[in-house]
Amino acid sequence: MTLIFGIPLGVLLGQLLLGLINGAFYALLSLGLAIIFGLLRIINFAHGALYMLGAFAALLGLQHLGVNYWMALVLSPLVVGALGMAIERHLLRRIAGEDHLYGLLLTFGLALILEGGFVKLFGVSGASYPTPDLLKGGVNLGFMFLPGYRAWVVVAALVVCFATWFMIERTRLGSYLRAGTENPKLMQAFGINVPLLITLTYGYGVALAAFAGVLAAPIYPVSPTMGANLLIVVFAVVVIGGMGSIMGAIVTGLAMGLIEGLTKVFYPQAASTVVFLVMVIVLLFRPAGLFGKEA
Amino acid sequence: MKLFQKTASAILVSSLIAGAAQAQVSDDEIRIGYLADMSGTYRDLAGPGGLEALKMAVEDFGGSVDGKKIVLFNADDLNKPDVGANTVRQWVDEKNVDMVTGLVASSVVLAAVKVVEQADKLALISGAASSGITNEYCSPNHIHWTYDTYALANGTAKAVLAGGGKSWYLLTADYAFGHAMEADISKVVKEGGGEVLGSVRHPFPSTDFSSYVLQAQGSGAQVVALANAGADTVNALKTASQFGVTQSGQQLAGMVVFLNDIHAMGLEVTQGLKLTTGWYWDMNDETRAWAKRYHARFGSMPTMAQAGVYSATMHYLNAVKATGSDDTKTVRAKMAETPINDMFAKGGKIREDGRMVHDMYLVQVKTPAESKGEWDLYKVLSTIPGDQAYRPLADSQCKLVNKVAKN
Repeated sequence: MTLIFGIPLGVLLGQLLLGLINGAFYALLSLGLAIIFGLLRIINFAHGALYMLGAFAALLGLQHLGVNYWMALVLSPLVVGALGMAIERHLLRRIAGEDHLYGLLLTFGLALILEGGFVKLFGVSGASYPTPDLLKGGVNLGFMFLPGYRAWVVVAALVVCFATWFMIERTRLGSYLRAGTENPKLMQAFGINVPLLITLTYGYGVALAAFAGVLAAPIYPVSPTMGANLLIVVFAVVVIGGMGSIMGAIVTGLAMGLIEGLTKVFYPQAASTVVFLVMVIVLLFRPAGLFGKEA
Repeated sequence: MKLFQKTASAILVSSLIAGAAQAQVSDDEIRIGYLADMSGTYRDLAGPGGLEALKMAVEDFGGSVDGKKIVLFNADDLNKPDVGANTVRQWVDEKNVDMVTGLVASSVVLAAVKVVEQADKLALISGAASSGITNEYCSPNHIHWTYDTYALANGTAKAVLAGGGKSWYLLTADYAFGHAMEADISKVVKEGGGEVLGSVRHPFPSTDFSSYVLQAQGSGAQVVALANAGADTVNALKTASQFGVTQSGQQLAGMVVFLNDIHAMGLEVTQGLKLTTGWYWDMNDETRAWAKRYHARFGSMPTMAQAGVYSATMHYLNAVKATGSDDTKTVRAKMAETPINDMFAKGGKIREDGRMVHDMYLVQVKTPAESKGEWDLYKVLSTIPGDQAYRPLADSQCKLVNKVAKN
């Protein structure tokens, strides 16, 4: 078998594929963060907790209401997204225009309350969400066994990411959004309902997090702390991509997944830090991030 | 040696009797502190459930020992050694707490027992895993009750070797506990004629184990052992099941796995897993009766750590009652000379290094078809006698053991 740096090619391909799967999660989550930051200028620390809520909504729906996975994939983002809109309408709006720090602290506090409340209700061990029957089993690719569900995760995440990108960059609604980011006062003067736009945007960002949560439920244990573990890495991804850049968030998310995957082969001990190493290097040479516009 | 121990304990006992003549229960109250992770990773393993077990012990004693009231304090250590040590310092300095129990994360425990030793109080450790607690960090002021890494690695690895699993691959948590576990497992495997083909050290904690599981599959080892704990083990097992590790003919061996982990993951994922435990609720009428009482109060079945809190506290209170004292040395000596016979252990004994030696059990996780209820999770395969399960005193680095040996 061909060796690359002493590692068989098959192993390397397997790890790259796994990296892509993780990257898909990073991309989905950082995309939501980037959208929210782009329009609201809020550093949404509650994103991890809302991702967790998405997973729990799916789990509780299955246990108590008989909502299956496919329905949860739609319903959970809707429910959690609605909650997000309520948060924006009643909490975040009050501090609009204040320093970034207020938004950061408010969302961080929200995250702690949500996570603490769920720990109180469900404990920290979490629960298992069954893999949907349709996606059980997997395919043998020769160099690795690929579980069907993971393949689905990549496809679903990529479709949603690029649909979002298309909506924001290529449609009329998206142009309103981008214009609202540039100059909300002028938009208002043109008769666009900017406050509604903001509420919907936050709701959409939150719905993306919940969608990622439902996707993650069959893979990782559904537990109150599942979001907190992921959030810091996702923030690093957003910083590397450039705060507020849509394409930056998607591409960087996938790229960081791949880099992490490679690190796991060559030096696993550094797997959890490599993203931050990249972040430091990027910040040194391009302070606005890879895809960010220099201020 | 035997003779020496007898004379030593005789001297000890007589000096204690002399001491016992004075009024001995400090503040006329027996004060117990419960320190545990009440909100983080280890919450479900001991946490609020362990506190409930402690309350059960106090109530079973009628709330007081010979008219001296039992008073409880409890605190969350947040898995932070400094928080744990400060809490214990406050307890012993300001509240004059006599005994501290619970004690879960090994790092917190090592910090807390130092404070306990300085203040000459007693710590009864139920939740922590590190076998170092009664080895290089032993003291006359603490007793390690329920299990330790040595017993778990030893029990599970030997059983798997005996079942024909000769080549091993290890998934190790990259910090002190994981490294110690890796060393313990490697030793048992090599001594048992097996071979460790390789290992991967993953960051602690990790959410994504797919990469490591793939490497383990690539190694071609017969056994994939998990030298990690808590959420890491849960994640690793879940991933292994998705990637078809057992279907492709490899065996999984979990080292530090608790009842709450299995319950959380479900039998679909964990079935067939062999592990070692210090206690299981469904072993005999006595364990079942106690577990049922606990379940009625708390809503879940107790883990071995929670049962250990009850057992340790009962043994402590019995010693307080027998000696009429809450003086540390008096009670510690009484506890050591009385064998532990309760729903938790039969013929358990406390060694001079502070290790409570009792039988351990090799269990296998049931298949969904075998399980008859939500908490019907293990079948007990065999009993590992206490003296074979724990590190022999001959291999001990404990300063207390060496003193005896040198004399």
